[in-house]
Amino acid sequence: MNHDPVRITVLGIPGWAVLWVLSVAAFGVFGWRVWQLIGLLRRARPENRFDQLGQRVLRFCRHVLLQPRLFNERSIGLPHLVIFWGFVLYVICFNWSLVRGLFPVLPIPYPEEVAVVAMFLKVFAVLVLVSLGVAVVRRIFFPPAHLHLSWDANLILSLIATLMVTTLLNMWWTHMITVLCFLVYLPYSKHLHLLASPFNVFFGNLRPAGDLSIAGGSEELASGSSKWNEFTWKQLLSGFSCAECGRCDRACPAATAGFPLEPQQLVQKLKKHTIHGNGAKLVGETITEDEIWACTTCMSCMERCAVLNEQIPIIVQMRRHLVAEGQMAKTLQDALQNFNRYGNSFGKSDRMRAKWTQPLGWKVKDARKEPVEYLWFVDDYASYDPRMEEITRQTARLFQQAGVDFGILYEGERNAGNDVRRVGEEGLFEMLREKNQQAFAKAQFQTIVTTDPHAYNALKNEYDLNGTKVLHYSELFDRMIQSGSLVPVKKLGLKATYHDPCYLGRYNDVYEPARRVLKAAGVELVEMPRNRCQSYCCGAGGGRIWMEDTAGVKERPAESRVREAAALGVNVLVVACPKDLVMFQDAVKTAGLEGKLTVKDLTELVQEALKP
Amino acid sequence: MPSNIWVLAETWRGQVTETTLELLTLGRELGGKLEVVLLGNKSLAASLVGADNVLCAENVAPTPEAVAAALTQLVKERQPQAVLVPWTNLSMDAGALAAAQLNAPFIGGCKDIKADAGTLVAQCVVYGGKLEAAVAATTTPALFGVLPGARAASSGNAPAVTDVTVTLPEAKVKFTKYLEPEAGDVDITQQNVLVAVGRGIQTKDNMELANDLAAALGGAVCGSRPVIDQGWLPLSRQVGKSGMQVKPKLYVMLGISGAPEHVEGIKGAQLIVAVNTDAAAPVFNVAHYGIVGDALEIAPALTDAVKAKK
Amino acid sequence: MNILVLLKMVPDVVEELEVAGDGKSLDASFLRTIINERDDHALEQAILLKERHGGKVTVVALDAPDIDDTFFTAIAKGADRAVKITDAPEGLTTQSAARLCAEAIAGLLPADLILTGVQALDDLDGLSAALIAQQLNFPYVGVVTAVSAGGPTATVLKEFAGGVRGEFAVTLPAVLGVQAAEKPPRYVPIAKVRAVMKTSKIETVSAPGEAAAAQIDVRQLAKPVVSSHAEMLDGSPEEVAGKLVELLAQRGLL
Repeated sequence: MNHDPVRITVLGIPGWAVLWVLSVAAFGVFGWRVWQLIGLLRRARPENRFDQLGQRVLRFCRHVLLQPRLFNERSIGLPHLVIFWGFVLYVICFNWSLVRGLFPVLPIPYPEEVAVVAMFLKVFAVLVLVSLGVAVVRRIFFPPAHLHLSWDANLILSLIATLMVTTLLNMWWTHMITVLCFLVYLPYSKHLHLLASPFNVFFGNLRPAGDLSIAGGSEELASGSSKWNEFTWKQLLSGFSCAECGRCDRACPAATAGFPLEPQQLVQKLKKHTIHGNGAKLVGETITEDEIWACTTCMSCMERCAVLNEQIPIIVQMRRHLVAEGQMAKTLQDALQNFNRYGNSFGKSDRMRAKWTQPLGWKVKDARKEPVEYLWFVDDYASYDPRMEEITRQTARLFQQAGVDFGILYEGERNAGNDVRRVGEEGLFEMLREKNQQAFAKAQFQTIVTTDPHAYNALKNEYDLNGTKVLHYSELFDRMIQSGSLVPVKKLGLKATYHDPCYLGRYNDVYEPARRVLKAAGVELVEMPRNRCQSYCCGAGGGRIWMEDTAGVKERPAESRVREAAALGVNVLVVACPKDLVMFQDAVKTAGLEGKLTVKDLTELVQEALKP
Repeated sequence: MPSNIWVLAETWRGQVTETTLELLTLGRELGGKLEVVLLGNKSLAASLVGADNVLCAENVAPTPEAVAAALTQLVKERQPQAVLVPWTNLSMDAGALAAAQLNAPFIGGCKDIKADAGTLVAQCVVYGGKLEAAVAATTTPALFGVLPGARAASSGNAPAVTDVTVTLPEAKVKFTKYLEPEAGDVDITQQNVLVAVGRGIQTKDNMELANDLAAALGGAVCGSRPVIDQGWLPLSRQVGKSGMQVKPKLYVMLGISGAPEHVEGIKGAQLIVAVNTDAAAPVFNVAHYGIVGDALEIAPALTDAVKAKK
Repeated sequence: MNILVLLKMVPDVVEELEVAGDGKSLDASFLRTIINERDDHALEQAILLKERHGGKVTVVALDAPDIDDTFFTAIAKGADRAVKITDAPEGLTTQSAARLCAEAIAGLLPADLILTGVQALDDLDGLSAALIAQQLNFPYVGVVTAVSAGGPTATVLKEFAGGVRGEFAVTLPAVLGVQAAEKPPRYVPIAKVRAVMKTSKIETVSAPGEAAAAQIDVRQLAKPVVSSHAEMLDGSPEEVAGKLVELLAQRGLL
């Protein structure tokens, strides 16, 4: 630098004095605004996210510094990472410049006067400008659906570009003033995500995703949230952290199908209400009931979110409120009443729960009366739905053939309550859990195995089982094949694809056992484009199976999925969840794929492979 | 003293109802003098064929309290052994009030009554049709609420008519007007083929399956009360006690349990086919052909088979 | 508005109903009871009226197994007071039970409306609503599906057949036999019922006097003797559909 930029005078006032005035003003507004925002968080309900600091630091390093989630969509991961690191460098250098500018007496150089630093600044300026270029081209020519193209975003891209250009052109004052403007603008713009998301990641959920309980939460949470300050501070922080990228909307089966729900919009509405709090009601008006009920709780949104937002607990909080007010579809109401009275959603007597065992011709062990190694938690659909009965019996025969020592709880079993909780009837969930745990306490068994991923999730993550392991039946089959107690005698030689159930895969990271089982049975497995953690929900979860579709649905999630399967050229779609079976069988009919695609449960294929 | 059986006539839209005539047939079987209480237009007395005598009082308001008061007075004066009251929305109120005023039993839901050594024993439908009770009246007079369809309509000669006067208490219930159901696009009472849906259809979306089947068969969709209560079909499509009485050539029932209130509406159906997942559902006692299965699977299969055949 | 609602528990027909050894009554070992569906609607109608016009809703019932749960649920839905009639004699019929309840209800007057279900599936010798109306000398309309109040008379809609309804003006106080409430009975979350259980009390009142002698004799209770049973068609959906279509074609119905 040729001269000290703060040594100039403006209308007789020394440059450093002007800098002081501008800086104090800018930092003042910025600080006040941030303080205001923090104040809003403090008025919200508590939640304990202050444990396991070591883990949190690691999480921060991974998701804030390395940002793997940004790479889950093409061509934007690297540019954003570059912009981020450029930002880090520029923040350091800005503060360095500012200190030097405000205190000219300090014997330190400006950052640009240090050769290495100047080089980094220029290199990053170019890299950032290229990255911005990619971002702009993406926005204008290839915008992904649900990407919020706003003036806010354009202004930010322009400001960043200005900062880079002013660095390359050595325009010190313009650069500094631009930064100060950016500073003031930041906490009022979508770029608030810059400040909030590192904290959002740091305070992220360290417990299993399948556990909806809130640590350190107040009891009032159980009756739901209808106003912004009835959510927890962490839930509000999600609103501040949302970068309006639209990943959640693109992944959401409800949004894609044409339901009123768009997770991004939901989070943004929460943010707007928190900050501006206009006259309208948050729950019921700003966010409609249809939006809230449209969610299948598949967790695709949370799996994709670049800032690790937790949309589902927010939705469940609102559902809890609607349930407390009795505002829900009649069919859902009936299902809940049936759960309460009969322990199942079918409205059939709990005494009929084990009726499916009768045609077997032999007695399935009663785990309430004799000790067994495996307690088979059958759950509702497998027990009561006429379409599932025969498959449930086949599973029983398979277990017997493989020499598994198993038993069931007969009438002592109630629905595990996973979806009851996700629908927002927390009290009913607790009652079901209590009854099941009482039944478990009286029985003697080593391990629980279940055919229903929803039950699997609740039992594994939300029940107190004193360390008893819970297995999905695909995991048990896998073990049995590997240990040799189940030996497929013939290779099926058919081409099939496998649908990862949401509550087994995305929620609990169990992807491979079913695949190994299918390979052992000689099935040629072809993967759907949306596989494993990107599996596309069948649409039955979150209580949706007890609700009706709203008008304006373009393509139901299950139909989209079966078309995806059929397009692979396979004739079998393998499922490992009773609700998937029911949903996909219906979808095959309504999508006109009868005869082209058959839906089979994993059990059916294993059974076929065992026949000589 | 010869036993006297009375029938409370009910009139609807200016005519004596068919149920009244069915009760006359039943009343005749129970022996003794058969008289009818007609609280309405005297000109209707002639249609009460098969009765011995008609006790007619005009100008009785069509409210439960007025009808009950009139009936009570007449019963107290003339002491019949029993009064047969149609077990319908129209008459059960008045019958119940009169019985209370007379401190007499009102045995409802009767599908049959027999005389057993001077005592009248009714066969009553209870617990939604799952069980039946044989109930004897141990005091007289006794009132019986008889279900439509217990007998064929009576025939014979027009009865004699006796004018009677009744003093009515000051009215605390006043009839204002009738509310007609919104005229539907389809009059299900005129259809030859009906596809009826019940709770077993589970959701509104599944109604499509019923629509498809009805279209394939050339008929219309109707429903039992729960389906109308849910709002999945308009009131004009309700079949049963509070709905329409239908007489189609073919009545296909999907997911209907066969509770008496619905079954009442299909007495005139010629061929009844029922689909239900519960083999013990009462509907299979009413249907001519039955299928134990899920209506959601059977209906589309049936639609396809019908289309293939046509 | 001061509204009284009479509830009763009836056998739950979702369960299998077995006849006891004596051939005249239900086998208690398989029995589960549930609130009479019509009474549930009566309660809902009462709460709707309270929401519209203000006032109090009192629920009354004879002591029975599981009646406490029903009381607490009613309070959680919005009822203000619960009164249980205890020490009633055994072997009550519909009529004698209703008259007993009418006596107890008389002790809870004055009220504007008394609502109860128009019928129950275990009724044998009378309709409770009409019996109560007669005993209290109140006007009565049954098979009611809508009520508007607000003055000395209430306007009620009563169902006839063919979807036709009749409008009646009823002088209050009155007894109404409810067929259906204007909205389906509301859902109340378990948490709310549990909270009510902790904070609310159920009042008790002793059953007055003796029960009237029964005027009926139940000679037999049995599964319906079916004169006919459907001819059953078996097989897969496709097979069954095929058989049925043949039958229909033979009869010229296709």
